[in-house]
Amino acid sequence: METKLTQTSTRRKFLEKIGLAGIGAVSAPLIVSGCNSTDSGESNSVIKVLTPDNKLVEIDTAALKPVLESGDKQHLQKLGREGLKGKKFVMVIDLARCQNERACMKSCQSAHQLKPEQHHINVLEMHDEDSGLTYYMPKTCQHCDNPPCVTVCPVDATFKRQDGIVLIDNERCIGCRFCIAACPYSARTFNWTDPKDAEKYKDVSYNMELNVPQKKGTVTKCAFSADQLREGNLPYCVSACPNGVYYFGDANEDLVTNGTTRETVRLSKLLKENAAYKLMPELGTKPNVFYLPPRQSNS
Amino acid sequence: MESLKKKDLALIELELLSHVNWSRKSVIWLGTLVFLFAICIYFYFQQLKHGLGVTGLNDYVSWGIYISNFVFFVAASLIGMLISSIMGLIGVKWILPISRIAEIIALSFAMVAGLIIITDMGRPDRLHHLFIYGRIQSPIVWDITVVITYVVLSFLLLYLPLIPDMILCKDKCSQIPPFQRKMYKILSLGWTNTTGQYQLMKRFMKILMVLIIPVALAIHTVTSWLFALTLRAGWDSAIFGPYFVSGAFVAGSAAVIIAMFFYRNSFKLKDYITHVHFDKMGKLLVMVALVYVYFNINEIIVPAYKLKGGEAEHLKSMLAGSDSIMFWTVQLGGLIIPFALLVIKRMRRPLPLTIISVIILVAAWFKRYLIVVPIQEHPYYPIQNVPEELMHYSPTIAEIAITAGPFILLLIIITVLSKLFPVIPIWEIKENLEHEK
Repeated sequence: METKLTQTSTRRKFLEKIGLAGIGAVSAPLIVSGCNSTDSGESNSVIKVLTPDNKLVEIDTAALKPVLESGDKQHLQKLGREGLKGKKFVMVIDLARCQNERACMKSCQSAHQLKPEQHHINVLEMHDEDSGLTYYMPKTCQHCDNPPCVTVCPVDATFKRQDGIVLIDNERCIGCRFCIAACPYSARTFNWTDPKDAEKYKDVSYNMELNVPQKKGTVTKCAFSADQLREGNLPYCVSACPNGVYYFGDANEDLVTNGTTRETVRLSKLLKENAAYKLMPELGTKPNVFYLPPRQSNS
Repeated sequence: MESLKKKDLALIELELLSHVNWSRKSVIWLGTLVFLFAICIYFYFQQLKHGLGVTGLNDYVSWGIYISNFVFFVAASLIGMLISSIMGLIGVKWILPISRIAEIIALSFAMVAGLIIITDMGRPDRLHHLFIYGRIQSPIVWDITVVITYVVLSFLLLYLPLIPDMILCKDKCSQIPPFQRKMYKILSLGWTNTTGQYQLMKRFMKILMVLIIPVALAIHTVTSWLFALTLRAGWDSAIFGPYFVSGAFVAGSAAVIIAMFFYRNSFKLKDYITHVHFDKMGKLLVMVALVYVYFNINEIIVPAYKLKGGEAEHLKSMLAGSDSIMFWTVQLGGLIIPFALLVIKRMRRPLPLTIISVIILVAAWFKRYLIVVPIQEHPYYPIQNVPEELMHYSPTIAEIAITAGPFILLLIIITVLSKLFPVIPIWEIKENLEHEK
């Protein structure tokens, strides 16, 4: 057992060294995922790998991506529950820019294998009676720091990770729907019947960070695209938006990146200068999603 | 009790044991119930196969009539605690002939309540997760703990005073099959009617009667907390515990009165369950209804006066909008008017009291529906981008059948219990008569 542990940790150190964010499965084979994504800094070190058709090739380590075997399910589950060390993910939604394009909803539903009426993110048409302003408001899980859904869960199927993300483990969920009742943001949805394409995905092993395949009789919810974050990408909805509505980033670094313009800005400055607000802060849920107010000219 | 004084003890025994048999009528009745229950089971299998999608539930109203029904069953089961424990402990004598009826009602409702909650689960195949992964901070775990405890205590409270009567059944009942006689023998745990045994039993009964009071309060308070501990406007109320408990006594008293009426007529117990008992139960119902009205006033007027953000919409639709017809029918027709009628002595006779109790019990069920469902139809953020049929909740046929199932099962349990055991505690009646002589 001890040797196994050291093996894992040396491997992890090695992977961390070459910039692969600590995904260390003991027997994870490495496959090449195309060399066109190496523009983000070449590491100048090459290694030899064997391709599926038995050719030995040399490639740059920056192009390497670890792939977890389906047999490594327990390890995947553990990673899913722990989250990314040292991160605290936040989302900023600029309501002044939302044109109700709904590209976010589409990409989210396709990534999470959701039916058209199931929403992890839902763009609502809101009406402010005082100003007469009509605006569009994308509503996701708020990934609260005091999440009411997590406290009520009887089996620890939904949980808060160290990086602030609230996830669900649909292999543990008993389908009591207490979390749906407890969430004041109506952010959760349920698989009332067989999920979309249930036949097609029935043998696919469960990925907790993506929460697919969906399972009948369990709750599903926004995961801040934890699977993408692990790979250093922005969430699906954030990158899909054509109008620059979404900023996403790490509150510890105080930086957020716009999903459309790829511009990175100071979180604190963005929030302060635009009079950002949270949804129903009076409930004490402490959301990690911020909203920048809509503008009159938009309506 | 006056009418009993003239009777011979042997006759009393004979009369009270007369319903312990499997008469043709009772077998037909049970057969019908089992048949109806089988239909409900069929629908439940449909639900297991196709998922909760066979119900009218949706992402917004995700708790529907299963949960309302669960609350109703837990509520009705509380009456055992009020009648046999509280009133028994303070020495109220008239409850003697109906105490076992109250216990039967309490145990049957509590047992079935535990099953209802399983029908609401999306993954009943993962029930064991509650025991493997159960987390102490979840009110569901508290609820399961107290419901199981309550069922065990209620069972013991019914079982212990049955032991002397079981010996009686074994010796005196002639029309019972041999296995039933054997069952009495085993269940009576070698009881020999000695004074020491009676003393021991009475001591244990006292302990149980005391223990069951906090547990009974806990089961319904925790059930109310399933709602009150959320942040939903309308559920987020500090008085939900006492509000539910006071309502529970109304529903439970009504259920006991209905059971008394049927036992009295079909088991020929007119000399034992008398007009006096109906009159007193009617008065008890008035008292508990009064307490419940008081909590209703608090629960409705306080938020309705302020009309706070999230609560305003729900309250408006309840008091004057889409839910108002059901709301006022339940509040006036099922609580205020029956309460006013019961103040009149004539209305506390067996037949009118039973009719009023039926109305109260039906209204009590719809009251649970009003507490559970309409609030979810008014979440803080609007319901959009879902098909029209998913915006409103209306139960489906399958869902109604699966909700009817527990009622049928309840009747089956009650029937079997009252065919196996005398519904009036014979030894206590005899003891009481001897004491008075």
